[in-house]
Amino acid sequence: MTAAAPEPKANMGQPVPRYDAVAKVTGRATYGSDMPLDNPAYAFLVTSAISKGRINSFELDDAKRVRGVIDIVTYQNAPKLKESKLFSNGGYAGTTIQPLKSADVAHDGEIIAVVVAESYEAAREAANRVKVSYTAITPAASFDSPGTTKAAAKGQNGQFKEDPQVGDFAKAFDEAEVKLTASYDTPTQHHNPMELFSTSCVWMGDDLVIYEPSQYVYGLKNGVAEQLGIDADKVRVVNPYVGGGFGSRGSMTPRTAIIAGIARRLNRPIKLVPTRDQGFTIATYRAETRHEIKLGASRDGKLVALRHEGAEVSSRADPYCVGGTKTTTRLYACPNVDSLVSIVRADRNTPGFMRSPPEVPYLFALESAMDELAVKLNMDPVELRRVNDTINEPIGGKPYTSRALMACFDEAAKAFGWAQRSAAPKSMSDGDWLIGYGCAATCYPTQMAPSAARVRLQRDGRTRVEIAGHEIGTGAYTIIAQTASERLGVPLEKVSVFIGDSDLPPAPVAGGSNSTASTCSAVMMVCDQVRQRLFKALMPNESLTDKAKETVGIGQTPTTQAAKSDRPLDLEKAFDALGVGVVEEYGEWKPEGAPLDSFKAMHSGHARLVGGAAMKDKIAYAFGAEFVEVRVNRFTHEIRCPRLVGAFAAGRILNPRTARSQLMGGLIWGMSSALLEATEIDERTARYVNDNFADYLVPVNADVPGVEVILISEQDDHINPAGAKGLGELANVGTNAAICNAIYHATGQRIRKLPVRLENIEV
Amino acid sequence: MRPFSYQRVTDPDMAVQVLSAAAAANNPLTKAAAQPLAGGTTLIDLMKLDVMRPAAIVDINPLSEGWSAVDPGGESLRLGALAKMSDVAAHDEIQRNYPVVANSLKLAASAQLRNMATLGGNVMQRTRCSYFRDVSYENCNKRNPGSGCAAMDGVNRMHAVLGTSDQCIATYPGDFAQALIALDASIEITGRSGTRSMPFAELHKAPGNTPEIETTLQPGELISAFVIPGRWPRSVYLKARDRQSYEFALSSAAVALDVQDGTISDARVALGGVATVPWRAREAEALLKGQRFDDALAQRAADAAFADARGRQHNGFKIALGKRVVARALQQAVTMEI
Repeated sequence: MTAAAPEPKANMGQPVPRYDAVAKVTGRATYGSDMPLDNPAYAFLVTSAISKGRINSFELDDAKRVRGVIDIVTYQNAPKLKESKLFSNGGYAGTTIQPLKSADVAHDGEIIAVVVAESYEAAREAANRVKVSYTAITPAASFDSPGTTKAAAKGQNGQFKEDPQVGDFAKAFDEAEVKLTASYDTPTQHHNPMELFSTSCVWMGDDLVIYEPSQYVYGLKNGVAEQLGIDADKVRVVNPYVGGGFGSRGSMTPRTAIIAGIARRLNRPIKLVPTRDQGFTIATYRAETRHEIKLGASRDGKLVALRHEGAEVSSRADPYCVGGTKTTTRLYACPNVDSLVSIVRADRNTPGFMRSPPEVPYLFALESAMDELAVKLNMDPVELRRVNDTINEPIGGKPYTSRALMACFDEAAKAFGWAQRSAAPKSMSDGDWLIGYGCAATCYPTQMAPSAARVRLQRDGRTRVEIAGHEIGTGAYTIIAQTASERLGVPLEKVSVFIGDSDLPPAPVAGGSNSTASTCSAVMMVCDQVRQRLFKALMPNESLTDKAKETVGIGQTPTTQAAKSDRPLDLEKAFDALGVGVVEEYGEWKPEGAPLDSFKAMHSGHARLVGGAAMKDKIAYAFGAEFVEVRVNRFTHEIRCPRLVGAFAAGRILNPRTARSQLMGGLIWGMSSALLEATEIDERTARYVNDNFADYLVPVNADVPGVEVILISEQDDHINPAGAKGLGELANVGTNAAICNAIYHATGQRIRKLPVRLENIEV
Repeated sequence: MRPFSYQRVTDPDMAVQVLSAAAAANNPLTKAAAQPLAGGTTLIDLMKLDVMRPAAIVDINPLSEGWSAVDPGGESLRLGALAKMSDVAAHDEIQRNYPVVANSLKLAASAQLRNMATLGGNVMQRTRCSYFRDVSYENCNKRNPGSGCAAMDGVNRMHAVLGTSDQCIATYPGDFAQALIALDASIEITGRSGTRSMPFAELHKAPGNTPEIETTLQPGELISAFVIPGRWPRSVYLKARDRQSYEFALSSAAVALDVQDGTISDARVALGGVATVPWRAREAEALLKGQRFDDALAQRAADAAFADARGRQHNGFKIALGKRVVARALQQAVTMEI
C-alpha cells in the first residue's frame, strides 16, 4: 500500500487502480471533441462585448470573405428553438436566457453569432473579423450596483422551499451570555474544468448524436430534444470521458441546441470548441454571496441562538440560489434558530451548480463564526464543536443516520499536531514567516436518486455492466466495476463497464455527490437479479432471495466469501441448467422516499434526488474535519499553505484510492478558493475581466507541498444499499474557513471576505 | 488568429533584411507587419488573442548558434539574446556572481516557459493588462491609440503605480529586466547598419502620450546580446506574488550592493511589478550610498523609491508592499554571505 492507495479499513473496498488509468495516461481515452467525425464543419462563437443592451447591426462582409466560411448565424437567421424551463422549475436548462433569439443582450459574453467554416482556423479568423455595433445600457453588475432587486428566495425558487427556523431566536440571542455578529463575503468563481465546453452534433437522418462533456446525458438528451421539438428517442448523447465537471455540466447550456440546429440546417456534422474565456460566459458559475451570522452561546460554549442570513446574486431571468441554510441551521445543537435567504438580481448570466454549491459559501460563514466564537469564549475551537455536537438536527429533531464529526476532528487533530498549537494569535513563527493553525468542520448531504442498470454475465465469467453514469474524473468506471465484481464474485479484470451514453440505462445527474450511492446501488440490485436467475436454475425449490444473498460468489474467487460459503454456486452448472450462454438482467432502483414519479422522471432526464436534510424521519450527511497550517510573510504578507490535513467519514468507501484522490482534490480546491480564486467583475460594464488561466489563479504544485487525507471507517445501514455517502463535494467545504481561521491565528487579523490576498493582511 | 507567412532565417543579415523590408513608416514596432519569433511565448499568445496581427513571422531561432553564448568569464557578463532563460538561471557562475540575474530568471514564469523563452524575447514581453489582452474591450490606448484606457477606472489590481500617464497604467511584467537595469547593463542591437550598443535603460519607453510605443527599437533591429559590467555577488531578487510559482510580481525588487568595511559604496535598486517600464530607483540608491546600513536607512530608501507612486482603486496596496519588498531585499543583500 502507498499514500495513493491507502490500506482499506473496516467497511472499505480495495484501492484498485483506476479502470481507465492506462487509457487516460496514454491518451487513448476519447473526450467529446476527440470523437472522429465524417467531414465536419467547424463552429466558432462570437460573444457579446456588452452586458446589457441591443445589437444595432452586424458587419459581416469582412468575415464572409475569409476563405472557407460556410455560414454566419445571428439572431436574424438562427434556427428557431423552443424554450426550455430552468431545471429547478421542471426544465433542463441552466439558464432561460436563450441567445440568438433577438437583438437583445442580457449578459456579458452571450453568444451573438456562430461562424461555421471548413476549418477551425477559418472559423476563428472570420469570428475575429465580425464587427458588431451595440446600443449599451448601463448594467447592474453585482450587490452594490444601482438597479438590482432583492427578494426572498422562498417563493421564487422551486427548490428552495423553506427558511429553516425553530424556537425563539430573537429572545435567546438577546439573553445570550456571549454574542457574535459577523458578516462574510464570497466571490464569483468559475469551475474551469480542463476540458472546454465543446459540442459536436451529427445528424443521421432524423437521428441526432451529440458528443459533449455532460454530467447528465439523459438531461441533455431530453432537453435538446425539447428545444428542437423532436422525440427524445431520436437524440443520443455520448461522452465516455468528461474532462472535469464540478457542476458546470449538470444542466443544459444554450449552445447545444444551437449547434444541433445549425448542423441540421447545413446537413453536416458540426464541431464547436469554444475558447477558455468563452467558457466563463456561455456556461454557469458560482455567484458571489453575502452572509450575516449571529451566534449566541452560554459561557460554557453551548449555542443558544443561531441566525444565518444569506444573499446571493442571480440573473434577471432566473431565480437561481444555493440556499445553504438548510445545512448551516442543522449542523450543531441549538434550540433557537432563524434564517433567511435572498436573491439579488443583476445583469449577469444565470449562475449554477459549482462543487458543493450550498455548503461552500454558507459553511465558510458559519465555520468562520464558530472560530470567532471560540476566541470570544477563550475555548479550543475543536472543543466548541464537541460541546455542540449532536445526533439530532435541531430544526425537526430528526436523527442523523450516522455522524462521525468528532471522530474526524480527533483523528485529524492528532495527525496534524494540533496539540502543539500555541493558542494565542501571532505566537508562532519561523524566520520571516508567521505561522497559524486553523480548523473547521466540513459536511455534505448524502443524496441518492433513481437509477437503472443492465448487467450481462457470460458462462466464462465475463461481465458487462451498462449504465448511463458519468466518468468526470472521479473513478466511476472503477467503482462500478468493483461493485459488479464483488457482487457477482467474478474477477475484476473480467468486468467491462459502459457509461457516458444516453442509449444505456438511465442514471441520474453526476451532481450532488449522488453518483456512487445511486449507480452502485442499482448495479448491486441488478447483479442480484442475475444471481437469482442462476440460482433458481440450480435449486428451483429453495427460497430464492435469502439463499441467493447467502451464496455470494458465482465465480468462486478465493478472495470472496464464496470460498467460505458451504454451497457456492457452480457457474457452469447453472448455465447448463438454464440452457443458455448469457444471462442479462435490467433493473430500476430507487432510494427510500423517492417520489412516485421517480422512474418516469428518470427516463425523461429529471433527477429526483432524495436525502440530506429532506428525508422524512432522518437526516444523512457525510462529515469531516480539516486542519491547515498557514504561513504569512512578515514583510511581503504573502500567504502560503504548506499543510492541509483532513479526516473524512462517508459511509462505505468503495475504493480508498479514488476516494483519497477526490478528497485531496477537494482540499486543494478549498485552499485555492480561500486564497486565489475570484472572477473579477468590471463594475461599470458587468463584464468578467480575468477570464483566463493567467489571470484567474488556481494553485500550482509549489502551492500544495503537503496534503494528507485520512479515511475514517464508518458503517451506515440507513442510507442506501451501497452504504455510501457521497464524498466528491465533501472536502472543499470546510477549507475556506479553516484557512481564514489559521490566518487569524497567524496574524491576529480576522478576514471575512474571500479570497484572502496579501493586501488584506496588516501585520 | 489570422493567416501569416512563416520564414526561417539563417543569418543575422537576412533577419534584419526581412524585418526591415516589412517596416512601414509611423507604425510602432509592435504593429510592424513582420515580427521576429524566438521562444514564441508572448508573440504566439498575443496572436491567438488577436491582439497582434503580423502578416509575417520571421523565425530567428537558427541564429541561436551565434547568439546564445553565455560568457561570465571576464570583468563583465555577456549573455546572448537567444540564450534560454532556464540555461542562464542554472549557470553556476551566474548564480555565484550575479544572483540577482539568476533569481530574476528562476522566479519567472514556469519551468516549461523558461525552457522555451529567450532573454531577448523576455525583455520584449508585453504587458499582461487584461484590457489590453482582450480585444473585445475597445478602450485601450496601447492597442487602439486614442481610444481611452479601460483599466484606469476598471479592475486594476495588477497595474502600475510608477511611470504611469493619463493614457496608460499597464505594468511592465518582466523580472529579468529589473536585474539588467539595476546593474547598468547595455544591449547590443543588430540592425541594418551593423551592431550598436545602447544602455538597457534606454530600451523601454514610459507610456506618456504614446503608450503604443513601448521600446526604442526600430523595425529591423534585433537585440543580439546583453552585457553587464562588473560582478555583483551581493545581489538579491525578491518577488512578492499571489502564488508560489508561475505568477507575475505584485511587487519585486532587484537589489545589488557593494559594501566595504560596513559602508555601502555602491547600491543598485530596481523595481518590478509596480511600474510601466523596468524601473530604476535612483533616489533610493542615492540615499544608500556612503551610508552604514541599518533598518531605518532601508526604510528611508524604500520610501524614496516610491515617493512619486500613485495608486488607483485596486492597486494602491502596491506602494506599501513595494516599500516593504525593497527594505527586505536590502536587508537580505546586506546580510548575505559571499
